[in-house]
Amino acid sequence: MNPFSSGTRLRDMIRAIRACKTAAEERAVVRKECAAIRAAINENDQDYRHRNLAKLMFIHMLGYPTHFGQMECLKLIASPGFPEKRIGYLGLMLLLDERQEVLMLVTNSVKQDLNHTNQYIVGLALCALGNICSAEMARDLAPEVERLLQFRDPNIRKKAALCSIRIIKKVPDLAENFINPVAALLKEKHHGVLITGIQLCTDLCKVSPEALEYFRKKCTDGLVRTLRDLVNSPYAPEYDIAGITDPFLHIRLLKLLRVLGQGDADASDAMNDILAQVATKTESNKNAGNAILYECVETIMSIEDNGGLRVLAINILGRFLSNRDNNIRYVALNMLMRAITVDAQAVQRHRATILECVKDSDASIRKRALELVYLLVNESNVKPLTKELVDYLEVSDQDFKGDLTAKICSIIEKFSPEKIWYIDQMLKVLTEAGNFVKDEVWHALVVVISNASDLHGYTVRALFRALQTTAEQESLVRVAVWCIGEYGDLLVNNAGMLNVEDPITVTESDAVDVVESAIKRHASDLTTKSMALIALLKLSSRFPSCSGRIKDIVVQHKGSLVLELQQRSLEFNSIIEKHQNIRSALVERMPVLDEASFGGRRASSLPNTVSTSNGTAVKLPNGVAKSSAAPLVDLLDLSDDVPAPSSSGGDFLQDLLGVDLAPATQSEGTSQAPKAGTDVLLDLLSIGSNPAQDNSVSTPDILSSAQDHKPAIASLDVLAAPSLTQASSSTASNMMDLLDGFAPAPPKPANNGPAYPSIVAFESSSLRLTFNFSKQPGNPQTTTISGTFTNLSSNVFTDFVFQAAVPKFLQLHLDPASGNSLPASGNGTITQSLKVTNSQHGKKPLVMRLRIAYKVDGKDVLEEGQINNFPRDL
Amino acid sequence: EKAIRELSGVILSRGPKLCNFVDWKGHKVVYKRYASLYFCICIDEEDNELEALEVIHHFVEILDRYFGSVCELDLIFNFHKAYYILDELLIAGELQESSKRTIAKLISAQDNLVEVAKEEASSLSNIIAQATK
Repeated sequence: MNPFSSGTRLRDMIRAIRACKTAAEERAVVRKECAAIRAAINENDQDYRHRNLAKLMFIHMLGYPTHFGQMECLKLIASPGFPEKRIGYLGLMLLLDERQEVLMLVTNSVKQDLNHTNQYIVGLALCALGNICSAEMARDLAPEVERLLQFRDPNIRKKAALCSIRIIKKVPDLAENFINPVAALLKEKHHGVLITGIQLCTDLCKVSPEALEYFRKKCTDGLVRTLRDLVNSPYAPEYDIAGITDPFLHIRLLKLLRVLGQGDADASDAMNDILAQVATKTESNKNAGNAILYECVETIMSIEDNGGLRVLAINILGRFLSNRDNNIRYVALNMLMRAITVDAQAVQRHRATILECVKDSDASIRKRALELVYLLVNESNVKPLTKELVDYLEVSDQDFKGDLTAKICSIIEKFSPEKIWYIDQMLKVLTEAGNFVKDEVWHALVVVISNASDLHGYTVRALFRALQTTAEQESLVRVAVWCIGEYGDLLVNNAGMLNVEDPITVTESDAVDVVESAIKRHASDLTTKSMALIALLKLSSRFPSCSGRIKDIVVQHKGSLVLELQQRSLEFNSIIEKHQNIRSALVERMPVLDEASFGGRRASSLPNTVSTSNGTAVKLPNGVAKSSAAPLVDLLDLSDDVPAPSSSGGDFLQDLLGVDLAPATQSEGTSQAPKAGTDVLLDLLSIGSNPAQDNSVSTPDILSSAQDHKPAIASLDVLAAPSLTQASSSTASNMMDLLDGFAPAPPKPANNGPAYPSIVAFESSSLRLTFNFSKQPGNPQTTTISGTFTNLSSNVFTDFVFQAAVPKFLQLHLDPASGNSLPASGNGTITQSLKVTNSQHGKKPLVMRLRIAYKVDGKDVLEEGQINNFPRDL
Repeated sequence: EKAIRELSGVILSRGPKLCNFVDWKGHKVVYKRYASLYFCICIDEEDNELEALEVIHHFVEILDRYFGSVCELDLIFNFHKAYYILDELLIAGELQESSKRTIAKLISAQDNLVEVAKEEASSLSNIIAQATK
């Protein structure tokens, strides 16, 4: 026999491994030992098998692979001796888990051992089974285990009980078999059996509602009695911990009572007295007592209401909360979160203490406290609470700031009583922790600002002041730059001063300074710089005296390597230089962004948000794709945004960008050539603003006529609309009308003219759209299309909306549809009339992209497509 | 393996006065420090943290009684015995026995069995050795 290998005693191997100084040494020792063990296994060595397994287990604990030893476990378990079985079972539990197929082979040995005469061996088998049996094993061996629940030896009974827990967890169907034996267990005197029996009962109730009913009726009183005896029992040295007899049993009983009492008034009644007794009598100077009180409070909170008990419970929690021991405070915060649902008033009383906990040095406590505070906020306490939190923001740890900022912003948004407070608080947060503020949050802020017209002056001045002090927070800079651009004139004339403001003199040049420094700042990223550029353009119109200086600043980016900046720089430069007559119209105040639809959109959280905060160059070749929730930064965005399927109809931004813009303008070439920028601008203008009647599409006309139109239409923000809005359309946010087809004019009748074949413009498995064409005689460029929608499915479509987009050389006008509900299976149709004017009539055919949205059974459906099969000579 | 390392990192970095509970990857981990050893238990959302602390202490006291002033080396060289004790205390994570005395009795009974078996084995081999001489 190899003197080295199996001869090494376990102790020596451990010593050898511990003596290794490097990982490589250790690996070497382990490898040698494993090799020896493998050799021994191959030789089927009996004598040292169990020492080898012990070594293997140690090696396994160190993290090395040991699957070659699994069969050894089985062999050991199968041997007759106790020591072998003992180590074999331990090996089984350590080296295998229930997923291994090897486990099945053990089933027979285990079965035999469960019937062994030596009760310790039975115990070993039960223990192993309870720890790792799989579902099949559980099914096979359940009858044995059931039988053992009534074994004469209490130690076996208790092991059998815990083993049964695993069995019913793996095979819930077997639960019924255990109900009766468990009822007997609950009457036992032996603490071990009682504890395990109670645990089994609790799990049974969770798994099987019948069991719950049974135990609730039959056993509640017995359990209450047991608990009472326990509480009143005299000193018992065997079970005493910190002066309390068997706190573990206390806790288990309380847990079971909770399960039984929850949702049942009678059961809850039966336990009221004992709960009160436990709550008042338990000593709370040691951990054991506190553990019991904790469990007791949990139970009181979960069972049916009893006013007195609840008050008792909240008092205990209050005491916990002011305890110096961190563990207790943690536990109290946990409990309070659950108590809020039950009695919010009482928890509010402890608000001050909870706020203190938010500032605690312990990270776990801080987290719990912050969550709790968040749940406590309501309209009446939001102001002082927010103040506290914002103050704390200044001194909190970096890793906590993120969480804290998110929660503060959320609170501010949900509960702000008035706009001015909202703006104030958000400014504070931005100043302090702007870098942690998520994009949607500051976008929302901008929306709110734009809606609060009386606060425009106040806001822009406050932002200006804020920027003077801190210019480090990116989001603050962005919001400030946008506001200064929009409301720069208010800043300079001190318009709309509120009483609470101090007067501040800002010259036009100061305002430009601020924006300039935003651009020049090294740390400013792409979004900020782009926003700054557009702000400068706005300022150049509002402050004509600074126009020259602004032009110089803008021009500096003409050669920027970043496409977006270069493009903007060139285009704005050319507007400033050559198109002064339309400049003011272009940069008029933005129409108010609709808060409601914005909020709705945020809720449906469109997927195509991108963060430009890292300003990666990768995205740039196509133009930076911006977050669709930020209309303000998408001006002149020529990027190829594929419209994200959105469930709400209010996605004005998708409309703004227009599905069609990208393919047409991409083909215009990117604006490497300086002049191209101007052309693109003209093209965009040509789409946006014509009265429906004007069919001629000559460029000079458009430029001049643009001035006459309502500023909102000509505003750059709305340029991207591919369809026409009638001059008479009166809604404030024109963008909502685009592509809606709900213009007030009645549908035009189909006209005579040369006949063109109808086409099936779009067909899917559930919908068909046919187009019929006609032209007015003498008006070859304009085609009237009558579209008919047919529902091919067997479900009714409701909220039917058709939208279409066309490339720039076409003009499109949509009349309202005949209805927005499409009956199923072609039992009715919706008709809608369109008029298309083709400026390239004869040279290019019509092309159209469509988007159809409707609801089926309340669920939103979206279908999109492109129509390429228009007759060529339309 | 990785889990152990990560968790150790988190726990070791906590100061002495902080509470003994850590939220880790959606689970609650309760730990208690005894000199240079940390005992950690991972529990469910619904379990009682303070009780978990008691369970740890229960276990440590039993170990102490068994090994007589247990130290780290005892646990390293006798890990299998520590496991045997643990198996008398918990099965499938549930508490099995709240009496230290009972557990001690059970363990010593089983140790006896092992002793007896060893004696038998060695006396048998003596006999055989004698017989084959």
